[in-house]
Amino acid sequence: MCAVNSEGLTSKSTTAEPSRQNRRSFLGALLAVGSAVVGALLSVPLVRFALFPLIRQTTDTKKSPVGSVSEFASLAEPAMRTIQIEQIDGWRKTVSEKAVYITKDRRDQLCVLSSICPHLGCTVPWNKEKKQFICPCHGGTFSVDGSRVSGPSQRGMDTLETSVEDGKLLVRFEYFRQLVSDKEVVG
Amino acid sequence: MQEMQKIEDQTAGPKTGLWGWMDRRTGVDALLRSALYEPIPGGARFAYVFGSGLLFIFISQVITGIFLALYYVPSADHAHTTVAYITKAVTAGSFLRSLHAYGASAMVIVLLLHLSQTYIYAAYKGPREILWVSGCVLFALVLGMAFTGYLLPWDQRAYFATAVGTNAASEVPLIGETLKRFMRGGTEMGTLTISRFFVAHVFFIPACIFALVASHISLFRKAGAAGPPDEDPYEPKKKTELFYPRQVLMDLSLTALLIVGLGSLCFFAPMQLGPAANPADAQYIPRPEWYYLPIFQWLKYWHGAASVVGILLIPMVLVLGIVALPFFDRSIERRPWKRPIAMGAYGFVSLALLGLGLRSQYLDNHDPGVAQQLAKQKAEEQEYMRKPFETELSSATLAAANVALADPEGAKGKEIFESLSCNACHGDGGVGTAAAPALVGIKAKHSPDQVAALFKHPTAKMTAGGMPPIDLPPDDLKALIAYVESLK
Ligand code: FES
Repeated sequence: MCAVNSEGLTSKSTTAEPSRQNRRSFLGALLAVGSAVVGALLSVPLVRFALFPLIRQTTDTKKSPVGSVSEFASLAEPAMRTIQIEQIDGWRKTVSEKAVYITKDRRDQLCVLSSICPHLGCTVPWNKEKKQFICPCHGGTFSVDGSRVSGPSQRGMDTLETSVEDGKLLVRFEYFRQLVSDKEVVG
Repeated sequence: MQEMQKIEDQTAGPKTGLWGWMDRRTGVDALLRSALYEPIPGGARFAYVFGSGLLFIFISQVITGIFLALYYVPSADHAHTTVAYITKAVTAGSFLRSLHAYGASAMVIVLLLHLSQTYIYAAYKGPREILWVSGCVLFALVLGMAFTGYLLPWDQRAYFATAVGTNAASEVPLIGETLKRFMRGGTEMGTLTISRFFVAHVFFIPACIFALVASHISLFRKAGAAGPPDEDPYEPKKKTELFYPRQVLMDLSLTALLIVGLGSLCFFAPMQLGPAANPADAQYIPRPEWYYLPIFQWLKYWHGAASVVGILLIPMVLVLGIVALPFFDRSIERRPWKRPIAMGAYGFVSLALLGLGLRSQYLDNHDPGVAQQLAKQKAEEQEYMRKPFETELSSATLAAANVALADPEGAKGKEIFESLSCNACHGDGGVGTAAAPALVGIKAKHSPDQVAALFKHPTAKMTAGGMPPIDLPPDDLKALIAYVESLK
C-alpha cells in the first residue's frame, strides 16, 4: 500500500488514514463546486451575447415621415405620397420606396392606406372622375376611405399604423397577406 | 505501472449512489482516476503548469470563436460591419471579441513559456521525440491561427498587416509568387482572401489542432512526465507524486491568473477596431502583432540574391534544428548547466528575437515621420471606436437605385412610369407583381428599339394580360424607355 505524505510524495510504508481520504474528497468537492461557479460566471457574457436579439430589437421597420399634418388638413381627395421605408435587419438596413395614400376615414380622421391591392398586389390608383380607387389589374374598386366596394378582393385597402410627432405625420409601412379577408401582417 | 495499479486499488472504493450509477454505465470514474492519478517523478512543480494553461486558453478560444461566428460574416463587404456590430452593438460583444483577440496573444506567451520549460528542463529527452515534434507542429499551427485570425476584422490594421504578411511569402524563391496568390486567392487582397483565411482559421487549422492536442496529450501520458532536470529521462528513479491534488492546484492557479488577467484586460482596455480597410490609403504604415515583429524586422535586412539565405536558408535551418532536436541531442544529461551548447543556442535565439523586436520598435519611435503616422493611425482608431455603430446600407436598396437615376432622362422616365400606373402591374421599380412580369434586367433581352416597338404594338399575349399600347410624345417615350432599360 502506499499513500501520500505531507510533502506530497508517495511513501510505501505508511497506510492511508481515513481522515486524509476525507480531506481529499472534500478538496475534490470544493474544486468541483469552485469550477462550476467559475464556469457559470464565465458563461454570463456568452449568454448575454447570444441572447442579444432578445434584449434589444434587432429587426425593425422605422416609421417613415409622410408630411406635416397641416398639409393634409383640408384634404378634398386622397393624396398619394411616396414614402421611404427604412428596414433595420441586424447590422444592415434596406431603404425602399412605396406609394401610400393619405385620406380621411369615416370619422373624418386622417388615415394612411397602403397602395398595394389586397387582391394580388397591383398598385391601386385613385380615379378622380369616379371618386374611387380602381385597381387596373382585375377591376377591384374601393371607396375614398379604402373600404371594399366591388371586385375580387376579399377586404378593403389596408390602413397603416400612423402617429404624429411634432406636427409630422409618420407611418409604419407593412406588407399584408393577399387573397384573404382578414388583414394579416406578413413576415 | 504496478504502483499505479496499487494507487487505483487504494483509492477505488465501492461506488455507490448517483456516481456509481453513472460509472457503471460510462466508466467515468476510471477515466477521471487515470486523468488525475498520473504519477509525476520528483513531485508537483509550478514549472509544469503551462501545458494545462494552454489547454484552458485553447478551449476558451474555441468557445469565444464559436460565439463570435453568431454575428460575423466573412466577406470583404460585410466583415468590418459585422465586427463593428459585435464590438459596438451586441451585448458583451466587445468583451468576447477582446477575450478572443487577447487570448491569441496569451496563447503565444504561454506557448513560449511551455516550450522554454521543456527546453530548459530537456524534457524532450528519452522516448519523447514524437511528443516534441507534435509540440513543434502545434506551435506552427497556433502561429497560423494568429495570422489567419488577424485579417478577419478587415480594418486598416488587419488589412495592411496581412498585405505585408502575404507579400513576404512572395520573397520565397521560385514558388513565392504562386504561394502568395494561393494565400490571397488572387493577385490582390480581397473577398477571396477573407474566405480563405476564414476557412483556414475556423475549419482547417482548428481540426488539425484538435487532432494534434489529443495526440500530444496521449503521447505525453505514454512517455510519462519527465520530472526535474536531474531525473533519468528513460527510467525515472525519483519518488513520484500524483497529479492530483497538488499539481492540479498549481495548474488551477495559472488558470485563475489567466482568467483574472485576461478578464480585467478585456474589461478595462477592450480590443480596438479601426476604420474599415481602405486599400487606396497609400500612407498607412502596417505593423504586425508583437509576436511577428522579430520576423518582420528580420525580413527587412534581406533583399535581392541574399534573400535566399535570409528568408529561406537560415529560418529553415533554425526550424529544422528545433524540430529535430531530440534526434541528435541524444545524451541523457538534462541539467541546463551541463548543456552549454543547448543553453547557449537557446539564449542566442531568444536574445536575437528580442533584439529584432526591440529594434523594430526603436526604429518606429526614432523616425519622426513614421512615429507621427503611427500616432495618427492610432488616433483614427480611437476616433472610430467613439462613433456609434452605423448600419450598413444594403446594396439592394434605394441608394443603389438612385444612382441609376442620376441620369435626368431616367428620372423623368420614372415619373412617367408612375403617372401611367405602369407600377400598378409591373411593380415599383419594375420588380413585377402577380399581374405582370418584372421589367428588371429587360436590357439584356430587348434593345431600346425593340422596347419602343412593343410599347406601340404589344404582342397578343401582352394584350391578353392587360397591357395597353402606349402613345406618348417622342421625348417622353425616350425617357420612359431609358428608365425601363436602366432597371436592375
Ligand atoms: S390585384 Fe387589384 S383587383 Fe386584382
